[in-house]
Amino acid sequence: MADFPILSIVTFLPLVGAAIIFAIYEDSDVARRNVRYVALLTTVVTFIVSLGIWVNFDNTQPGFQMVERWDWIAEGGIAYHMGVDGISMLFVILTTFLMPFCILASWESVTKRIREYMIAFLVLETLMIGVFCALDLVLFYVFFEAGLIPMFLIIGVWGGQHRVYASLKFFLYTLLGSVLMLLAMMAMIWQSGTSDIPLLLAHDFPASMQTWLWIAFFASFAVKMPMWPVHTWLPDAHVEAPTAGSVILAGILLKMGGYGFLRFSLPMFPLASADLQMVVFVLSAIAIVYTSLVALMQEDIKKLIAYSSVAHMGYVTMGIFAANAQGIQGGIFQMLSHGLISGALFLCVGVVYDRMHTRQIDAYGGLVNRMPAYATVFLIFTMANVGLPGTSGFVGELLTLLGVFKVNTWIAVFATLGVILSAAYALWLYRRVIFGALEKETLKAMLDLSPREKLILYPLVVLVIYFGVNPGPVFDVTQASVDALIADYQAGLQAAVQTAAK
Amino acid sequence: MIHLIVFLPLLGFLIAGLFGRQIGTKASEYITSGFLVIAAVLSWISFIGFWLGGSQATTYQVAEWMSVGTFVVDWSFRIDTLTAVMLVVVNTVSALVHIYSIGYMHHDPHRPRFFAYLSLFTFAMLMLVTSNNLIQMFFGWEGVGLASYLLIGFWFKKPSANAAAIKAFVVNRVGDFGFALGIFGVFVLFDSINFDVIFANAAGLAGTPAAADSPVLLSFLGYELQRDAAITVVALLLFMGAMGKSAQFLLHTWLPDAMEGPTPVSALIHAATMVTAGVFLVARMSPIFELSMTALTVVTFVGATTAFFAATVGLVQNDIKRVIAYSTCSQLGYMFAALGVGAYGAAIFHLFTHAFFKALLFLGAGSVIHAVSDEQDMRHMGGLRKHIPRTYWMMVIGTVALTGLGIPGTVLGTAGFFSKDAIIESLYVGQNAFAGYAFWLTVIAALFTSFYSWRLIFMTFHGKPRAPADVMSHVHESPNVMLVPLYILAVGALLAGLVFHTPFIGSHHEVGQLDPHYLEFWDAALFLGPTNTILEEFHNVPLLVKWSPAIMMALGFGIAWWFYIRSPGIAAETARQHPGLYQFLLNKWYFDELYDWALVRPAKWLGSFLWKQGDGRVIDGFGPDGVSARVLDVTRNVVRLQTGYLYHYAFVMLVGVAALITWMSFGGAQ
Repeated sequence: MADFPILSIVTFLPLVGAAIIFAIYEDSDVARRNVRYVALLTTVVTFIVSLGIWVNFDNTQPGFQMVERWDWIAEGGIAYHMGVDGISMLFVILTTFLMPFCILASWESVTKRIREYMIAFLVLETLMIGVFCALDLVLFYVFFEAGLIPMFLIIGVWGGQHRVYASLKFFLYTLLGSVLMLLAMMAMIWQSGTSDIPLLLAHDFPASMQTWLWIAFFASFAVKMPMWPVHTWLPDAHVEAPTAGSVILAGILLKMGGYGFLRFSLPMFPLASADLQMVVFVLSAIAIVYTSLVALMQEDIKKLIAYSSVAHMGYVTMGIFAANAQGIQGGIFQMLSHGLISGALFLCVGVVYDRMHTRQIDAYGGLVNRMPAYATVFLIFTMANVGLPGTSGFVGELLTLLGVFKVNTWIAVFATLGVILSAAYALWLYRRVIFGALEKETLKAMLDLSPREKLILYPLVVLVIYFGVNPGPVFDVTQASVDALIADYQAGLQAAVQTAAK
Repeated sequence: MIHLIVFLPLLGFLIAGLFGRQIGTKASEYITSGFLVIAAVLSWISFIGFWLGGSQATTYQVAEWMSVGTFVVDWSFRIDTLTAVMLVVVNTVSALVHIYSIGYMHHDPHRPRFFAYLSLFTFAMLMLVTSNNLIQMFFGWEGVGLASYLLIGFWFKKPSANAAAIKAFVVNRVGDFGFALGIFGVFVLFDSINFDVIFANAAGLAGTPAAADSPVLLSFLGYELQRDAAITVVALLLFMGAMGKSAQFLLHTWLPDAMEGPTPVSALIHAATMVTAGVFLVARMSPIFELSMTALTVVTFVGATTAFFAATVGLVQNDIKRVIAYSTCSQLGYMFAALGVGAYGAAIFHLFTHAFFKALLFLGAGSVIHAVSDEQDMRHMGGLRKHIPRTYWMMVIGTVALTGLGIPGTVLGTAGFFSKDAIIESLYVGQNAFAGYAFWLTVIAALFTSFYSWRLIFMTFHGKPRAPADVMSHVHESPNVMLVPLYILAVGALLAGLVFHTPFIGSHHEVGQLDPHYLEFWDAALFLGPTNTILEEFHNVPLLVKWSPAIMMALGFGIAWWFYIRSPGIAAETARQHPGLYQFLLNKWYFDELYDWALVRPAKWLGSFLWKQGDGRVIDGFGPDGVSARVLDVTRNVVRLQTGYLYHYAFVMLVGVAALITWMSFGGAQ
């Protein structure tokens, strides 16, 4: 199996599907149906093949596995270099896993330009998987930035009323980050003479340079997460994006920021990470409290969930920069878990949006009377979002808070306030949408979950509870790599101390 | 066996919850109730093993939950005396409430859901009491909170029920905030959250000298805490969780509102089991609490204040369930007061007896409400004694048990006589600074308890009927499926004290000696510090102290009789003469209003402010909106690119890549 380029296959398989869809040129009902089925089949096959990565993954080995390498631009030392370790592997699986749900969620709700829509999603899948597998700085940058184009199209073409504003905001924020990151990458290559990520991980950047590089990368990743105060693009993007777009945005794209911190900031710039730890902590704590309060007052369901995402990403950034086992493992787990939970919540919103075509909380109320199955599923995801023990949301929150508590109790205390506020906004939302008497005439004809919707939501329910009760499989994968990361980080700090002592 | 006890309710929940509609209502009821009866019987078998001696504390490993670094959490069970007592309480009351609900919820169309929730609650509660570590306990802790939320809001069409459900969950989360931080603190101190490790090392911590140069164990909010301070902080944080769950003063506001739920729920969750979880937590963590006099003093202070405060509010409430709810709040205060002076046995004993008589009172109240067509206001009751005599006598038994009828100096008395008097006597001899305060407040609260309990009986059952005639014509005694659980609880309310007082609190012994029954029964489940001598002392209090609860009880009965039987106008007259005090009590010391004004409104205002001003005006205004306005100007006037920003974006990115590659190619060639 060693020579079998499984990562490349998983990465580019969606492109094959996209090409097939591209070849379906006519515009009839049959053709549209074929487009959907091709997209679904492609994503399902991609997912099944990607499970092979997990099966063949060696949990005990901290380094990169299933590595592929071909020279790309020999003079610059730039290579097509792919590989996964314990930190990135599960994000690949999460991406391939969520994709079929996105296709299914768009089954009926997307009616115009279905062919282009599916192509955009499949291309997006390739680029997202590429981000998590790339082991070359330039390759990473290409995947990282190019992935925004299909997302941009998805919001801008298939979005809601204010899609132009939302995409503009998205554009401005990400532009700011990526320009700085590009500069930093050039500086890194210039200083170290390589663009190879494993080599860069082993390279010690001078302390003076680390801070600037860290800040440049931080600009890009903080926007992606997003962290306070560069988060305001997210609620607008979510609100305007179609359901599947929101799922991908919340489920995968936000995680690229956290992944970036783990892949670049922490191991490559340990000194700067330690110096600027407090900045991240403070921003994270503010994010948790601030956006939770803002979420409390939202009138739009999607906006509320978007703000809650920002709060939950606050736990991630905080945990990562706590730089201990609980913090980092918790941060990774929180990202994976949030991918499932927030994806599921947006799918839940999509269910009622498809029926009512409004996201206003006021327009709903008493849905439990007509939709008991929906009410149950939505309750489970609401509780998972609140971090109820027994759901995957709890494990991530608990570990990140614990990790931070060991480093800084002030931040831990503030961040823990989030558990009160999240309960308040989530349950209040649930009450206004689901509970109460069914009084609005328009709601009285609502149907409960269709078989297709059950097919989308039930597996997520099972996974959210399964990983809440038994998160072991995730930690088994991440443990070796995270331990190595921490050891490397500590060694980096030690080396600097010794140098200073001399 | 323990696996059956814990997982049968879970199985019942899954069957009724997932397949309730397929298997039908009757099957859901019988399956969940049947499982609970089996679990209850097994619990008693387990308890008797500890009671008669022979059973040893045991732990059972079920599976690993999570393991990250040194943070290892298992799914496991710890069965010792304390757990066995809780198992009996939880499963007995739960089984009886299940059976009772078959009758009480007879008209409700959503019965499978109701029974599923009841079983879910029981499972979570069992996970809480059987836990061998703090995280699994937290799982149960939040799990009972979820079940409580679902059951309070069971009648989801009532806005008041929905509001009460949210309030219960959120206020509990305030407590959980402290609990979670307490768990983190424990982990920092002991590098483990397993009870075995904590208990073993707590004594070790105590053994180290508290010298000025002793190492810093915990740095909290900028303070570098040495041994004593660190333990105090951790204990107080854990206690904050207990305050939330057990509705103690300042975090009590959710409990009366929780009465919006169906009455069997109030009996099970908001009287007998869930609300005692806080007491259980402190008793379970006694090895830590025993190390901090400060923390114990706070526990006593909060408990005694709650006991007094809730009793005063209970005096004037008119809703039959709210009276009992405040009574519960008050009795929980007694338990905490006892915990604070180190009388853990007395506190758990009161928890045990209270479960019987308070569940009895609630289920009896449910039977009354059932009889008078869902009326809960006692001002619209009266004269029901002749119509529902069985319910009446059960309520009287519950009342005499709560007020502690008995003859001091003998072993004749109801359940409350043994447990409550033991608490008051312990407070009299207690060592901490607030023990005296607690003694007086609890004695006065005993008077109030007697008054409001008898007031409830008199207003509901005696005097002339005040209900409309059509309601009165429908008044009927409840069916046997509801009455039999009452009979069983009544037996417990009368006899639990008499039968079990020796093992729970020990009996009179020579000074310097502990009752061997007590030691044998509790084994190591409750920890006593080396200076804790309360067990032997509280058996040797002055006669007047021993008599004081009985005197208060008689006095309370007398005043209630005078106010509501002898000359019924006096109560209203007294209220009219002291309008300020009456309104103050009727409005529950205005806590709801205070919190609304001080917390809820500011939070909402802040949320709006941060959203509109923070996000909208400041961040967006100076950030993207401001920039985009400039960009728009520029594009409109200069570039006039056609449609969107996508092209800009792609362009910038390509330029970037191109620049990088070009530069690399040339740079690399050098």
